[in-house]
Amino acid sequence: MANVRFTGLKKHFGPVRAVDGVDLEIADGEFLVLLGPSGSGKTTLMRLCAGLDEPTAGSIFIDGELVNDVAPRKRGIAMVFQSYALYPHKTVFKNIAFPLSVEGLPRNEILSKVEWAANLLGIGHLLERMPSRISGGERQRVAIARALVRRPRVLLMDEPLSNLDAKVRHTARDELKKFQREIGVTTIYVTHDQVEAMGLGDRIAVMNDGCIRQIGSPDEIYQEPSDTFVAGFVGIPPMNFMEESGVLTGFRPETFLPARLVDDHERRIFRFRIERVEHLGSYNLVYGKVGEALLIANLSVRHEVREGTEEDFAVRLTDLRYYDRATGRRIPP
Amino acid sequence: MRQGHLFHSDRLTALALLVPVVTYIVAFIGFPFVMSFVYSISDATIGDPHFSIIGMRNFREMLQDEAFRTSLANTFIFTFVSIGLVVVLAHILAELLIREFPGKWIARFLLMLPWTAPIALGAIGFLWFMDSVYSPFDWLLRKAGLLGHPGDLFGPMSNLYWLARPGLAMASVILVHVWRLLPLATVILIAGLNSIPREIVEAAQIDGAGYFRRLFHITLPLLFPVIGVTILFSVFFTFTDMTVVWILTKGGPPPHATQVLASLAFLKTIQGGDLAQGAAVALFFFPVLAGIAAIVLRLVKKAVVV
Repeated sequence: MANVRFTGLKKHFGPVRAVDGVDLEIADGEFLVLLGPSGSGKTTLMRLCAGLDEPTAGSIFIDGELVNDVAPRKRGIAMVFQSYALYPHKTVFKNIAFPLSVEGLPRNEILSKVEWAANLLGIGHLLERMPSRISGGERQRVAIARALVRRPRVLLMDEPLSNLDAKVRHTARDELKKFQREIGVTTIYVTHDQVEAMGLGDRIAVMNDGCIRQIGSPDEIYQEPSDTFVAGFVGIPPMNFMEESGVLTGFRPETFLPARLVDDHERRIFRFRIERVEHLGSYNLVYGKVGEALLIANLSVRHEVREGTEEDFAVRLTDLRYYDRATGRRIPP
Repeated sequence: MRQGHLFHSDRLTALALLVPVVTYIVAFIGFPFVMSFVYSISDATIGDPHFSIIGMRNFREMLQDEAFRTSLANTFIFTFVSIGLVVVLAHILAELLIREFPGKWIARFLLMLPWTAPIALGAIGFLWFMDSVYSPFDWLLRKAGLLGHPGDLFGPMSNLYWLARPGLAMASVILVHVWRLLPLATVILIAGLNSIPREIVEAAQIDGAGYFRRLFHITLPLLFPVIGVTILFSVFFTFTDMTVVWILTKGGPPPHATQVLASLAFLKTIQGGDLAQGAAVALFFFPVLAGIAAIVLRLVKKAVVV
């Protein structure tokens, strides 16, 4: 187990600045999620940590040791790839055993460790199968077992759930978090899916254009986004914005409610022209306008609103966030 | 629906598509193949269109013929040494050429050139390079101080006589043949290496495997079907080829230092006029090549696991 630290880390591919100055510290045993749209540099940052790419500038420390020039296999890391990258010509057993046999461990030790990892992931019955003969979810477990079997200091995961069916993704997420807690391994997890990020991360680092825009707990990222990028990227639907004299006023769709429901004096009232209501089962999304700004309200199905009407909506003052229109940065209230 | 129209009937369409191929195979492969069977058990010669069937005598005589035995041994040496070299060198070249480096495009282009030139022309070029008097190879060795004076690495003579000394002649023939097969083999292997997902190699890297372990445990097993096909093609090209041998040495130095089965068959049939003996020699390829094809295809099938 170990902590990880990046200082001034950069990776340029010709004119492309994939990672452009990242400072980040990940505590021992922490589950850190790198969240960002595709092309934001999150996978490159992980590959730098793994040693699969060499940084253009900056340093990577694992457990206080500078590892810039250390080969991937000597960094004590393990990685789960998006495609799982199982060895197609080896059985599940040999896949999981591969990192151990590379180390030259005696046979009975390999056997017991593979058994431990396989039981942890519930794939003990698959050991003699070939990767082509098992399901996607099972392959993903094999990939995790292969990563964990060596007891790495740092576990890197690159969108490991994105190839799974939506149905099994929930359970897989839950299990993933359980293994990680059980083993307590420092984990860096790359995803573009904010639901995964919110559900899994102890902390989330939101990335865009090769830079980290904000680091914080899922709650902080959601409630106190530090700029308009984070506010717009995290949250489905994203935060509402209204421009008022050079300042963007933002609030989450679920804080934007019919005024009669906001029985607080510390509130701000908007005249909301309701254009369309989307019924999504457990909640409704209400699309409409205040002035020229297009806004969305997220309402419980119990509160009825009518398309084509105008109604007073309100937001509590504590739920309002302000951003500089030019820089996108948060303005303290 | 006009059911009667040619291309509306699957059967007729299939037939129409197959006829040219089948005609070609029957006329240019099947018929000569059958004829070579017939000739091989006859006493046919080029000069006389009449012949009678004499049974297995051609084969018995062939097996007792010193020239045939030497040629057979030479064919195996020529084939397996060339192919061993081709597979190893092609793999090294392929590994180098899949990397990114400046001038990669031109390097790949130059590599392919030997394959685009007619083999006969390439071989004639080498015939000049290996000339007994004017060989530039010898000139380079002399300039490097490796040849031409007592105590030099390659001896005191002024020339090496590449094609005139039995062992060296075989080595020269193999060298030229490797030069000729290498481009195709390399291109096939580059395609094979590119088909291995990068993540699998990276996973092995992270799992702690060094270069040679990755090579023997990951890359080569995954490449095996491709290498198998490369070997298969190379064996066929080599086993049945006489261009290089014929142009460089005509099977010499005498009596048969570099004679292979293909050149022997040519010698007996075309130059010697003995159609029957030539057919018997040529037919000897058939079971050998069929056997090799069966073995390689079987291995390849086993190796395909995905």
